[in-house]
Amino acid sequence: MSCQTAQEFIHAYVDGELDLARSLEVAQHMQECEVCASAYRNQTALRSAFKDSSLYYSAPEKLEKRIRSSLRREAKSELGRRSFGWRWLPIGVAVTLVLLMVLVIWRTLPGLRPSADELLAQEIVSNHVRSLQLESHRTDVISSDQHTVKPWFDGKLDFAPPVKDFSSQGFPLMGGRLEYLNNRAVAALIYQRQKHYINLYIWPVEQGNNTGEVATKRQGFNLLHWTNSSMDYWAVSDLNAVELHEFARLAQEAQ
Amino acid sequence: MEGQSKLASFETAVLPHLDAAYNLARWLTRNDADAEDVVQEAYMRAFKFFGGFHGEDGRAWLLGIVRNTSYTWLQRNRSPELNLPLDDEVHDVKSDDLNPEALLLQKVDAQILRQAVEELPVEFREVLVLRELDEMSYKQIAAVADLPLGTVMSRLARARKRLQQILASHTGTEVLS
Repeated sequence: MSCQTAQEFIHAYVDGELDLARSLEVAQHMQECEVCASAYRNQTALRSAFKDSSLYYSAPEKLEKRIRSSLRREAKSELGRRSFGWRWLPIGVAVTLVLLMVLVIWRTLPGLRPSADELLAQEIVSNHVRSLQLESHRTDVISSDQHTVKPWFDGKLDFAPPVKDFSSQGFPLMGGRLEYLNNRAVAALIYQRQKHYINLYIWPVEQGNNTGEVATKRQGFNLLHWTNSSMDYWAVSDLNAVELHEFARLAQEAQ
Repeated sequence: MEGQSKLASFETAVLPHLDAAYNLARWLTRNDADAEDVVQEAYMRAFKFFGGFHGEDGRAWLLGIVRNTSYTWLQRNRSPELNLPLDDEVHDVKSDDLNPEALLLQKVDAQILRQAVEELPVEFREVLVLRELDEMSYKQIAAVADLPLGTVMSRLARARKRLQQILASHTGTEVLS
């Protein structure tokens, strides 16, 4: 081993970082070479000078305290930052579950949601109100003659609504109108009682069970609903309930 | 790892190396107050990135961060010190360098040695401090200083050579006075 190579490896040798074969070579070289041996002695002397010298700086106590409190602050703010979303998660889940339960109950308990009939009654009242808003909208065919009104529906509906005039009983027929209700085309007959108008909506139903009158009140309007001879009837008016019932009875007897 | 448990494991794995952190920062900045600021900042950085630490060598991991923080600080405050060119890769062991300094190091007192180390360029200072004071292996030094192993070895050799020259000049001056 040359001196140059030996001195290249002396540091690693002193530091114990040289593999065994190289270490042996360096050691052997130093036995034969005084220059390299003294270089080695210098390195070990330098190393022990470091060891004895207390050159090591120890951290002041106040630094440790300072760092500890900074760390605690940081940990706290990290907790605040990172867990913001997670902290609300259980509440979010709970709220979602409650909403789901409400939805399920709402869908399953008929008493808690508007029934099909209620929705239909709403639709009918709206239609009744709209029909009274404009004179021109009230009737498509103006006639007190049932024989004029009834044929008018021919070709406009897939059923033949019974049309009767009750002028002699105080409920004159004013005319007829085509409407779209309950997802189908229906017949609307307009009757008058003094200053009050009555809309009678008629359409066929699948199940032909006759039912009695079911009375409801909505937005100040009286509604009567019955089924007769496979036809659904809805009578709606601002007329008082007694007189509307009288009208309904007439309509049912006539059929 | 969240909040308190993260803090607890950090305090166990990293806080015990505060002295090593301060020692390195103190040697790199050569100033007490600056070293404290650097260490404080390094600890905050370490805490932030503690998730990326997987419990191999807490000291080397921390010292790497201290070293980087120190260099950032040096760049900001003492950039001229970092501009000294170091030709690590060139093995410039000339023939006259082969003659060891005629020097009895046993007689070198701590004050002179400290002063001599402080005079070294920062890149030499750091490998010497890590090797001689922290007694780190070449591999650990390579990790802390982000250097290839071979560079650690050559840089250490050059650092010692330079140190011996500085010591020789100091003791020479002393002899003359």
